[in-house]
Amino acid sequence: MSGMGLKSGTRVITGAVRKPRLSPARVAVIAVAAVFLIAVLRVVTGANDLASSGALAAAIGLAVPIGMAGLGGLWSERAGVVNIGLEGMMILGTWGAGFFGYHYGPWAGLLGAMVCGMLGGAIHALATVVFGVDHIVSGVAINIIGAGAAKYLSARTFTGTPGGGPTQSPALRSLPTFSIPGVSSGLGTLEQKHIFFVSDLAGIVRAVVTNLSIVTLIALAMVALTWWVLWRTTFGLRLRSCGESPIAAETLGVNVYRYKFIGVLVSGALAGLGGGYLALVAANIYRDGQTGGRGYIGLAAMIFGNWRPGGLVGGAALFGYTDAVQLRGGGSTVHAMLLLLAVLIVGIGLWQVVRKHRMVQGVVAIAAGVVVGVWYLVSETVPDEFTGMTPYVATLLVLAFASQRLRMPAADGLPYRKGEGQ
Amino acid sequence: MKATLDLRKIGLGLAAPVLAILVAFLVTSVVLLLAGDPVVAVWTQLLTVPRPRLIVAIINGASVYYLSAVAVAIGFRMNLFNIGVDGQYRVAAFAAALFAGQGWLPGWLNIIVSLLIAVGAGALWAGIAGWLKVTRGVSEVISTIMLNAIATGLVSFVLSKVADSTTGSNVTNTKTIPTSSQVPGFALIPGTPNKVYGFILLVLLVGVAYWVILNKTRFGFDLRATGRSETAAVASGVNVKRMVLTAMLLSGAAAGLVGMPLLFGQDFSYGTTFQPGLGFAGIAIALLGRNHPVGIAFGALLWSYLEQQSNGLQITVGVSSELVFIIQGVIVLAVVIAYEVVRRAGLRMEQRNVARALSDQPGSSTPEGATA
Repeated sequence: MSGMGLKSGTRVITGAVRKPRLSPARVAVIAVAAVFLIAVLRVVTGANDLASSGALAAAIGLAVPIGMAGLGGLWSERAGVVNIGLEGMMILGTWGAGFFGYHYGPWAGLLGAMVCGMLGGAIHALATVVFGVDHIVSGVAINIIGAGAAKYLSARTFTGTPGGGPTQSPALRSLPTFSIPGVSSGLGTLEQKHIFFVSDLAGIVRAVVTNLSIVTLIALAMVALTWWVLWRTTFGLRLRSCGESPIAAETLGVNVYRYKFIGVLVSGALAGLGGGYLALVAANIYRDGQTGGRGYIGLAAMIFGNWRPGGLVGGAALFGYTDAVQLRGGGSTVHAMLLLLAVLIVGIGLWQVVRKHRMVQGVVAIAAGVVVGVWYLVSETVPDEFTGMTPYVATLLVLAFASQRLRMPAADGLPYRKGEGQ
Repeated sequence: MKATLDLRKIGLGLAAPVLAILVAFLVTSVVLLLAGDPVVAVWTQLLTVPRPRLIVAIINGASVYYLSAVAVAIGFRMNLFNIGVDGQYRVAAFAAALFAGQGWLPGWLNIIVSLLIAVGAGALWAGIAGWLKVTRGVSEVISTIMLNAIATGLVSFVLSKVADSTTGSNVTNTKTIPTSSQVPGFALIPGTPNKVYGFILLVLLVGVAYWVILNKTRFGFDLRATGRSETAAVASGVNVKRMVLTAMLLSGAAAGLVGMPLLFGQDFSYGTTFQPGLGFAGIAIALLGRNHPVGIAFGALLWSYLEQQSNGLQITVGVSSELVFIIQGVIVLAVVIAYEVVRRAGLRMEQRNVARALSDQPGSSTPEGATA
């Protein structure tokens, strides 16, 4: 009936263009170029919040939950299980953080968040792996259950607590943060001087060394660990083989069910960790509706990042940054980015026309770039609603224009039954 | 022999939803027990015969859910997952409310044009996803999730620009629809002054149209054929790309109607308090009703019944009414699991029958490659 919703989904081009691997030196060059670009943009437009440590610190804070949800999606989809239940698992995580954090301290809260998220993952795994239910249907159901369960449980457990109520927990104790004392203040003064490039770099470094939550470090460690486990160990190879070709994996003696189950459980735990971050670090409190669709943005970040940990971090950072800029009342900052966007789109258009001889796409891109440029010139600020839409529009555009370069796991979302391969 | 087999099949088909509801009953009871809430009192509240006032609310709620589920089911019938009904109905209801509120046209003409606008807006919003799928190969699941979020941003932006500031409260609304264009309700249920939406007729019409188009037209046949087997459909001359786009547009058009009973029969304007989340309920109800017009009706009534009955939970037994989402979610999961289990049982049964029939034939060998 609703079996293969994704069958004719993202087109898979066999033998896709191999991109040369990025060496650390090239990554560094790209990073410096990006900072330089932002510095130019700041000077041209006068939007000083573009690279301020405040905006960047907020961006890091908002990127962590998105990134953790995305990383959760990665584990599950690499094992071949589409997970749109990330939002529900994340919501369960926020409640877990609130409940265990209030009763047993913040570290227990973090653990509780992961366990609650994992519980959501277990339901998803039970439905999709054991019973072979359509992945999307199960995900939708988990989002319904997660949201309802968190609200029901919070009303049950937080009503009558000091400072808490049916829709929110009491204040939670916070987890330790790190900052490097001398460096931070020195960089602060340097940043205030608004020197071209130097101040921008100082702002970025300062954001990274000041009041960095331990959970942020854990999250970064999780990304590195995920990359190592999935791409450098036998276990990871087997797990990914379940997402690419479960039948081939089965013939080689891999217990596909077990790997899929593990993938989805880890997925839930990571989404729960993202929810736990929201409750324990970002807000110091559990609140109903705290996730605000970040599970979906995490999913978007993962697709944006082409089902790879590095790309996912890039996507999460980009979405976290737009979110942060918006929260800081940064209509003018986003406005400044319009200029960058206009130049970028026109550049891509020119590239298409001159190098690839694709007239139609090129002209469309140049026209779009000009429209954005005109928008920049005639307006003063970008409405908040539009800033909030950025992650979704970006993902949609990436899917529309770069779908040939995206490559999802080949058997992602397909039902698998042991011994029924053809 | 054949008749008894079919009967057994029907029995199995009905067994699945019943089983699912029983499972949901059990799981919810366990949750209540673990949380330390009064199990018996909760079920007593949920299972009491609803008062006439509530019956009206249940029918009204179900009529809206029905439209949403039909919109989802159109996609399901050809393996399209329109998660975007949620965004489509909001864009459509907003566009229709914006137009109807101006009162440029008199009475019924205003209603009819507004309905057309809603259908068009819903189809357009779904069409983006359909177009991306056929031209760029973008999965409709992902694109409609993105479009839902974009719809939220876009609607709230335009709403903030055009909101009717004369109402005085801090709730932002479009202009109220003129009285002459409001659809009067029917006093169907005795014992209460509350009325059933007049648009219940529209809902019935959509249900009949859904059944006729899918089962009695060539288009419907092509659609179902494509859903069953894309390759077979291609082989018989179906233009799959055009079918995908058409199905998506139709699904969006139906989604455009979802908000209409609310808009013309209850709210009379679109505002920040317009009922959210109807699209996701539609997915669940379409699954519950197995995409069948009558099945969906039962699913919608069950959904609405649970929702209305749970409203009293907080007051009567002091249990949060959000419990209903747990029940609903578990029902959805249990129902799809039950269908899957029943489907496999049916397959095994058929295989056994075929094997028996073949072995009864003298001199025949097992056919090669006859795996499931």
